[in-house]
Amino acid sequence: MTPLLQVEGIEKRYGARIGCAAVSFDLYPGEVMGIVGESGSGKSTLLNCLAGHLAPDAGKVVFDTRAEGPVDTVTMSEPERRMLSRTDWAFVHQHARDGLRMSVSAGANIGERLMAVGDRHYGSIRSRAIDWLDRVEIDESRVDDRPTSFSGGMQQRLQIARNLVTGPRLVFMDEPTGGLDVSVQARLLDLLRGLVREMGLSAIIVTHDLAVVRLLADRLMVMKDGRVVEAGLTDQVLDDPQHAYTQLLVSSVLQV
Amino acid sequence: MNEYNFAYLDEQTKRMIRRAILKGLAVPGYQVPFASREMPMPYGWGTGGVQVSAAILTPEDRFKVIDQGADDTTNAVSIRKFFEKTAGIATTEKTARASVIQTRHRIPEARLREDQIIVYQVPIPEPLRFLEPRETETRKMHSLEEYGMMHVKLYEDISQHGAISTAYAYPVKVSGRYVMDPSPIPKFDNPKLEMDAIQLFGAGREQRIYAVPPHTRIVSLDFEDYTFEATKAEHSCDLCGAGDSYLDEVIMDDAGNRMFVCSDTDYCRSRRSAGHVGRLGEESAA
Ligand SMILES: Nc1ncnc2c1ncn2[C@@H]1O[C@H](COP(=O)(O)OP(=O)(O)OP(=O)(O)O)[C@@H](O)[C@H]1O
Ligand SMILES: [Mg+2]
Repeated sequence: MTPLLQVEGIEKRYGARIGCAAVSFDLYPGEVMGIVGESGSGKSTLLNCLAGHLAPDAGKVVFDTRAEGPVDTVTMSEPERRMLSRTDWAFVHQHARDGLRMSVSAGANIGERLMAVGDRHYGSIRSRAIDWLDRVEIDESRVDDRPTSFSGGMQQRLQIARNLVTGPRLVFMDEPTGGLDVSVQARLLDLLRGLVREMGLSAIIVTHDLAVVRLLADRLMVMKDGRVVEAGLTDQVLDDPQHAYTQLLVSSVLQV
Repeated sequence: MNEYNFAYLDEQTKRMIRRAILKGLAVPGYQVPFASREMPMPYGWGTGGVQVSAAILTPEDRFKVIDQGADDTTNAVSIRKFFEKTAGIATTEKTARASVIQTRHRIPEARLREDQIIVYQVPIPEPLRFLEPRETETRKMHSLEEYGMMHVKLYEDISQHGAISTAYAYPVKVSGRYVMDPSPIPKFDNPKLEMDAIQLFGAGREQRIYAVPPHTRIVSLDFEDYTFEATKAEHSCDLCGAGDSYLDEVIMDDAGNRMFVCSDTDYCRSRRSAGHVGRLGEESAA
C-alpha cells in the first residue's frame, strides 16, 4: 500500500534556533499519528511544515494526491497547495477563533469549504451544514447564529464540522482539546474518536495530553528539542517507554 | 485659454494613468494600482473618476456627468464645470450626444454605443475587502481565483433575509475570471454591464483603476436556487410613464404623498418630449 504521507528529513530553523530537525515518518491511510512532547519541543513547527503553513528549510512532504499520486507538497506550486488545503486536507487549530470566521453564521462557516470548491446550490449547502451541526452535536436551531455566541467546546466542534464537511483525506490537529475544561475535553474526544472511526480518517494530532493520544492515536512520536526521540505503536510507547525522556513524560502523567 | 494643462493633469501623469487603463482593458476586471494625484476636490467627490476622465478626454470630446442618474446635482455640476474650465471641452446632458460619460451610482438607461466611454467613480474597488481586510491576502485570492468567500456573503444574505439582499455594488465575475465590484450602482443596472461601450473604473483614495472592454461577459454572482434578479420599484415613472427604468421615490408633501420618477433625468426628459406621459406627468408639466 502507498503511504498517504511520506515525510523525509523535515527541518525548520528560526535563525540559529532549531524548530524541528530530521523528522521522517510514513502515515498510511486510516492511520492516526500522535505527536507529543513538552512545550517548545517543535510539535507545532513540525505540523505547520507538514500542512504547508511554514516552508521547511529541508526535507520532503510527499502526499498521495488523487490526481497524480505521490507529489512533494513542499515544492508544488502555491495554488496547488492551497487547493489541497481546501479539499483533501483539513487543519484544526487549538484556538477555534483561528480556524473559524467569527463574523459569519455557523452555517456559513461550515458551508465555506463547499462553496470554495464550487457548490452553488444554497439549499444543499444549508442542509449539509445542518447535517454536520447534528454530527458534532450542535442543535440545528443554532445554524444562523455566529460562533461568538457559542461556548468554547461548541466553537471547537464547529471548527471540526467546518473542516470535515468536504470529506478531507488528511486532518492536521494542533492541540484540539487544549484550553477546554476537562469535562468538555472528554466529550470532544469521544466525538473525535467516533468521527475518526466512522470516516476512516487519517490524522496527525499534536498534543500535550497523553490521554488524547491513548484514545485517538494508533502510533506515537515523542519530540524533544525539535527531534523525534522515540516512535512506535501508541500502547507500546506508553506502556514500555524506551527513551529516558519518554519515561519521564509517562511517569509525570501518572503522578497527576 | 487658461493657466492649466489640458484637463488639469500634466502630460506625464496622464500617460501614467493611460498605461494603467490599457493594462486594465487588457486584463478585464483586474485592479491596476496607480499613483493617484491630489485633485482640487476632496476624496469622495470622484477624484478617481476625474483622473481617468482627465487622462482620456480630447479637445473633440463631448462630456456628460451624472450623479445618481441626474446631471444637475452638485457633484455632477462641479465636475462638469471643472472640465469645462480646465479642458475647454463641450458638455451635454444628452446621453446619446456624449462621447465620454462620467458617472456615480448609475448606468444610463439608453443603451451606450461602441463610440462612447463610461467612467465610473469608485469608492471601494475591492469586492473582497469586507471579508478580508488584508490587501496582501485579497491580491492572492484574486490571483488564485479563490472566490468562495463571495458566496459566503451571499449565503449569509439568504439565511438572514430569505433572499439575496445586496442591492448595490452587487459583485460580478468578469469574462469568467476576476470578481469585480461594479461600484455602487443598483443591481438593476448589472445586466447593462454587458455593453458596447468601454467601461473604466477609477478609485482615487484607493489608487486603483480597472476596466471592462466592450462586449465582455459579465455574470452577477448567485446560487442555482436563488438566482440573480435585477429588481426595481414595481411602479412606472409618474412623469414619463416608463416601466423599464430605475425609479427614485420622491416624497411630495407633508401629507406623505409620494411619486416615482426616473433616476435617469435625461431618459425621462427625452421620453416626455417624445410625448410619453405618466400618472402625474401633465400636472407637473403645467
Ligand atoms: N516564529 C518563531 N520564531 C522564532 N522561534 C520560534 C518561532 N516559533 C517557534 N519557535 C521556537 O521553535 C521551537 C519549537 O516551537 P513550537 O512552537 O514548534 O513548539 P511546540 O512543541 O508546539 O510548543 P507548545 O507545546 O508550547 O505549543 C521553540 O524553541 C520556539 O521558541
Ligand atoms: Mg504548539
